[in-house]
Amino acid sequence: MAGVIQARDVVAIAALRATVRPGNRLLRAAARNPTFLIGMLILLAVVLVATTAPWMFPGDPQDMAGPPTLWPGEDATFPLGTDSLGRDVAAGLAYGARVSLLVGVSAAAIGLAIGTLVGALGGYFGGWLDNVLVRVTELFQTVPTFLLVIVIVAIGQPSAQVIALAIGVASWPTVARLVRAQFRSLRVADFVTAARSLGYGPMRIVFREILPNAMAPIIVTTSVMVANAILTEAGLSFLNLGDPNLVSWGSMIGDGRALLRTAWFLTALPGTAIALTVLALNLVGDGLNDILNPRSGLV
Amino acid sequence: MNAASLLDVQDLAVGFGAAMAVHGVSFRIDPGETLALVGESGCGKSVTAFAIMRLLPPTARIHRGRIMFAGTDLVSAPPRALRDIRGKRMSLIQQEPMTSLNPVLTVGAQIAEVIRRHETLSRAATQRRVLELLDLVGIPDPRHRAAEFPHHFSGGMRQRVMIAMAVACHPELIIADEPTTALDVTIQAQVLDLLDGLRRQFGMAVLLITHDFGVVAQWADRVAVMYAGRIVEQAPTRPFFVRPRHPYARGLLGAAVGEAETHYTTQRLDEIPGSVASAAGEPGCPFAPRCPEMISACRDAPPPLAEVGPARQVACIVEAARIEAEHVAAVG
Repeated sequence: MAGVIQARDVVAIAALRATVRPGNRLLRAAARNPTFLIGMLILLAVVLVATTAPWMFPGDPQDMAGPPTLWPGEDATFPLGTDSLGRDVAAGLAYGARVSLLVGVSAAAIGLAIGTLVGALGGYFGGWLDNVLVRVTELFQTVPTFLLVIVIVAIGQPSAQVIALAIGVASWPTVARLVRAQFRSLRVADFVTAARSLGYGPMRIVFREILPNAMAPIIVTTSVMVANAILTEAGLSFLNLGDPNLVSWGSMIGDGRALLRTAWFLTALPGTAIALTVLALNLVGDGLNDILNPRSGLV
Repeated sequence: MNAASLLDVQDLAVGFGAAMAVHGVSFRIDPGETLALVGESGCGKSVTAFAIMRLLPPTARIHRGRIMFAGTDLVSAPPRALRDIRGKRMSLIQQEPMTSLNPVLTVGAQIAEVIRRHETLSRAATQRRVLELLDLVGIPDPRHRAAEFPHHFSGGMRQRVMIAMAVACHPELIIADEPTTALDVTIQAQVLDLLDGLRRQFGMAVLLITHDFGVVAQWADRVAVMYAGRIVEQAPTRPFFVRPRHPYARGLLGAAVGEAETHYTTQRLDEIPGSVASAAGEPGCPFAPRCPEMISACRDAPPPLAEVGPARQVACIVEAARIEAEHVAAVG
C-alpha cells in the first residue's frame, strides 16, 4: 500500500517538475545558493553607493572640503575622514565605486565581445582561420596583461574610456580560448548536425544554436573578468597612470601611501572597498558556476 | 531504370584520409518510395546518408561519383544551394532523439525556425503551422507542449518532434538514419508507422537506414544491402525475403531469429564466420574471406553489381552464374 502511494507521489512530483519553466528553476537554484546571495548582496550595495553618489555627495570629490587628515569619526561632516589635501574620503569611495564599476564592466564587455567573436569563429570553422586566430590569441597571451594595458594607455589618453578599452583588449584571450573550446565540442553535437540538415547558415548556427548553449561558462568568466578589470584599473591609478580627472580607489591608495604609518585608514578604506568588490564578483562567479552547471545536481 | 528518379546516386566513393568508407555505391530512389539501406555497423550506410546530405565531417572527402537530386548534382552544388535544399526539399532524421534537439530552445521555437528559414509566413501563420505539425506527429495538447523544452519530452516524443521538423516544409526526400535504434520496440513501431503515414500523405520518398530486417520487411519497398562500403544486393522487398541472392544477405537472414520451430534456447543461431574487418586489403570480393561459396575467381576483382532480374541486382559471380544457369534451364 505504501509503495503505491510513493509511486503516485513520484509521478506527481515529476509532473510538477515538468511544469516549472527553466527561468523559475534557475531563480530557485540561485535562492538556495548562499555563495551567490552573499556576493550579490555586496555587489548590489556597491552598485547602490555608485549610483547614488551624486546625491549623497554633491560637489566634486576632488575638492578640498575640510581640514586635512581628519580621522574617521573625528568630524560628523566627514564620517570616514579626509585625506592629506582635505578631500572627503567617503565621497572619494563613492565616486571611486562609479569609476571601478564602469571601467570594470565596460572592459569586461569589450573583452567579452572580442573574445567571443574570435573564439566562436575559430572554434566553429576550424581550419586555417582557427590556426590564425589561435596564433593571434597566443601572441596576446605572451605579453603580460598589465604591461599591455600600460602601453595602450600611454599611447592614448589616460581617460576612463581608453583605460576600459585597453583592459578589454588585453583580457580577451582568456574568453577566446574558453569560447573556442566550447564551440569545438558543440559544433559536432547532434543538434548542430540537425540544424545543418535543416539548411541553417553558419551565422544562424553560431549565434542561435551554439552560443546560447555555451553561455554558462562565459557568464561565469564574465564576473571574474569584471573583478580582474577592477584590479587592473586600481593598479593603473595607483601608479598615477589613471584618469587624473576622476577619483578612483587605486589613486586613493596611491595618494594615501605617503601617510601609511600615520593615517593608515587612507589606504585601508579604499583597499577594503576593492577587496570587497572583487570578492563579491568572485562569489557571484562561483555561485553562478554552481547554478548554471548542469553537473552540479541543481539542474 | 526510371528517368524520373528523385535521387540518383552514381558511383559514390567517400574516404577518410587514405581509408575508403564507401567504394562506388550506386542506387536510385523514385518519388514516394521507401528504400531501405541495410548493413552492419561500419559498412558505410550512414556515411552514404551523410554524403547525400553533404554533411560529412571535415575529415571525410567525396572522391568520385555524382548525387543527382531532382536534376541537381549535390556533389558540385555550392553551399548556398545546398542550404536551400536541406530542410526544404530533403531532410534528415537522426539516430539520437535525446541529443538532436537544441536544449535551450522551446520545441515550438525550433519547429517555427525551420518554417521561417524556408518559407515566408506571418508570425501567426507560422505558429498555426507549428501546432498543426505537432498535432500531425501525434503529440497531445500541442498548444501547451510547444512552449516546453526538449528535456520535458521522452525519447519517442522527441523523435516525433524531429519528424515534425523534418516534414515541416513537405520535403520530397527524407533520410532516416536508424531513426528508431535508440527507442524501445513498441515506440519503434509507432514512430515508423507515423513516418510511413506521413510519407503516403505528402508523397515523400524515404531513404531508411537500418540494420534491422524486421523494419525492412515491414516498411520498405526496396532493399539495398551494403557490405564493406559496397552495395552487394538490391531488390524489391518481397522477392528479397523470399529468396536473398547474395551469400552475405543469405547469411544475415539466416542469422536472424526466424519463426521456425527452432528456438535460441534449443539451437544456436547460424552466424557468419569472421568479421567485417577481414574485408580490409581484400583485392577481390570484400565478402570472399567469410563466404561459404567462395571460388578462386572471387579473389581476383570485386564483382560488379549485375542485373539478375526485374529491378534486382547482385554483386556475386557465383550467384550470377547460378541465376544464368537457372534461366537457361527454364527457357530451355
